Amino acid sequence: MAQLTLKNLGKSFDGTDVIADLSLDVADGELVCLLGPSGSGKSTVLRMVGGFETPERGAILIDGEDVTEVPPEKRPTGMVFQSHALWSHMTVADNVAFGLKLRRLPKAEIRRKVTEALDLVGLGDFGNRRVWQLSGGQQQRVAIARALVLEPKILLLDEPFASLDQHLRERLREELRDIQRRLGITTLFVTHGQDEALALADRIVVLRGGEIEQAASPDRMYRAPETRFVAGFIGSMNFLACDMRGGRADHPLFPVAAVVPDGPVELAIRPEALTVSPGRSAGMSARVHRKTDYGTHLLLDIVLEDGARVKAMCPPSGAFEAGQEVRLTASQVALFRDEVKLAEVRTEAREVAHV
Amino acid sequence: MTIAETSLATANPVASRKTRRPDWIGGLLAVLLGIVVVVPLIVVAIWAFAEVWRYPSLLPQEWGLRFWTATLSRPDVWTAMSLSIRLSLVVTALSALICLPAAYAFARMDFPAKNVLFLSFLASHAFPKFGLLVAIAGIFLNLGLISTFWGVVLIQLVGTLMMMIWIPVAAFQNVDRAMEEAARDAGAGPIRVFWSVSLPQAAPTIFAAVLLSFVGTFYETEGAWLIGAPEIRTMPVLMITYINNQIVVQYGAVLSVLLWIPSFVALMFTRRLVGSSSFAKGFGV
Ligand SMILES: Nc1ncnc2c1ncn2[C@@H]1O[C@H](COP(=O)(O)OP(=O)(O)OP(=O)(O)O)[C@@H](O)[C@H]1O
Ligand SMILES: [Mg+2]
Repeated sequence: MAQLTLKNLGKSFDGTDVIADLSLDVADGELVCLLGPSGSGKSTVLRMVGGFETPERGAILIDGEDVTEVPPEKRPTGMVFQSHALWSHMTVADNVAFGLKLRRLPKAEIRRKVTEALDLVGLGDFGNRRVWQLSGGQQQRVAIARALVLEPKILLLDEPFASLDQHLRERLREELRDIQRRLGITTLFVTHGQDEALALADRIVVLRGGEIEQAASPDRMYRAPETRFVAGFIGSMNFLACDMRGGRADHPLFPVAAVVPDGPVELAIRPEALTVSPGRSAGMSARVHRKTDYGTHLLLDIVLEDGARVKAMCPPSGAFEAGQEVRLTASQVALFRDEVKLAEVRTEAREVAHV
Repeated sequence: MTIAETSLATANPVASRKTRRPDWIGGLLAVLLGIVVVVPLIVVAIWAFAEVWRYPSLLPQEWGLRFWTATLSRPDVWTAMSLSIRLSLVVTALSALICLPAAYAFARMDFPAKNVLFLSFLASHAFPKFGLLVAIAGIFLNLGLISTFWGVVLIQLVGTLMMMIWIPVAAFQNVDRAMEEAARDAGAGPIRVFWSVSLPQAAPTIFAAVLLSFVGTFYETEGAWLIGAPEIRTMPVLMITYINNQIVVQYGAVLSVLLWIPSFVALMFTRRLVGSSSFAKGFGV
């Protein structure tokens, strides 16, 4: 059972700061997802925790013990790489047993632990296989077993499922979540897939340019993004530019009221916070441009009179056709000005059609 | 020639796996190459078993093993053969011991003057070799290494350095860094990582380099002759002496066939190791 603390970490490559000043606490048994666009420094943070990169500033503590200068082989961390990085000249069982052999455990115990670890990832019968005789998903499972068998205090995963197809990714994600819960192992998971982060994490940390943009639970991250970047990065979001005048937005469709200083703002509205009904809106006309049927819901691409595009989600029963004129109402609108959230407005107290 | 043979042998299975359909340009090339490489070999092989073979005839008039018994009954042939094998083994082993860690360092580590050092290995091959050998011979004379086993080992060692650095550097560079990091992560120190992951991963290519340097050392004559004479006489040196003393084609032919044996064994070895697809796949080739 372990706790991970990153204190004012700083790292630069060739003179450019990749991580400026990053602090993060991961609680015992917590699964934290590092999420961010490519190049935001997610892997760098993870590799510093694993000992593969040395931070220039700051400290890394595991259970209060400073491991900043400890080489990877002596750190109580276990890493799963994107490329699985299994040793192709060994069998599956030998891959899992490698670290145990280095620890000079008795043969019988090694065998027992290897079997346990392979069973844990559902590959009990695959010990004698060669790595290249496994499918991509099985290989990644072996990599997880190899990391877990050494009972690390911290499990590190760098986009472990990125090279797998959608279905497999979702399945492995759930399996990993189950295992992680069962073992109660403190985990740091790097991904650039927001759906993966939302599905897995106890807490999501959004990185941008090497700095933490927001750290929050998936629920809060999705429903209450604190910056415009997070709002746009997690899930899909409609942004509509307008002006605040005297505590009211001057957008003809969404004249929301908020106690906000006058000036330009962006209204941020989730597609599922929009309700679409046939008819004309008062201020501005809106037309269905395209309809996509996802089975569970319809996604309408709507063009406003001023050329802006809005995505709206509605129940599959909704009878809409391209070109049809519609009326839009929003149940929840957030206001952003220069990256910062100014206000959050719930316009109507009524059921939002969730899918 | 031995290099060409070896690379041909290793390239073959790959080519056949990629292009299933017969390709007539490839076929033509194969035939041409066959004529250039194989025909002289066959001619020499036939000469080794011919007792009388006069001009217009396509095959010898009289076959026989007379020159074989004559050659094989000479004790100096056997001493030379065993000496050559011992020399090649020692040189190759030493070369591997020195060069493989160095190659790993070149491939993975970043140290000052790395490129200069790397180039200096090549430089030893850029100079006219004989001049270099003469200079070294002068130094060896002072050290009392002339005409000794270890003197020849040293000179032949120099000859293998380039191949045993160059090829393994490429092999190590191709090893997935994440594999090495995963081994560190599992608790292996840097030396253990080299031994348990990098070396086995680079093994097929390194094995080819080891074989090439073995075969190359076996046939090396200039250094062996310059440093080894008169005490240390390797097979190729012996063959040259033979041919210089008496121009009987069959002696040369018999010795040639004898000399093929080690390279043939080496070739078969490579084919079995690198050629078998399961092996190649196992190493992620
Ligand atoms: N070894 C290195 N040498 C130089 N620059 C590096 C090195 N590793 C990373 N960088 C730089 O650091 C920045 C962050 O890289 P990092 O790999 O952490 O990004 P990431 O968030 O993991 O991106 P991705 O989602 O593409 O994996 C990038 O700009 C990258 O170019
Ligand atoms: Mg990365």
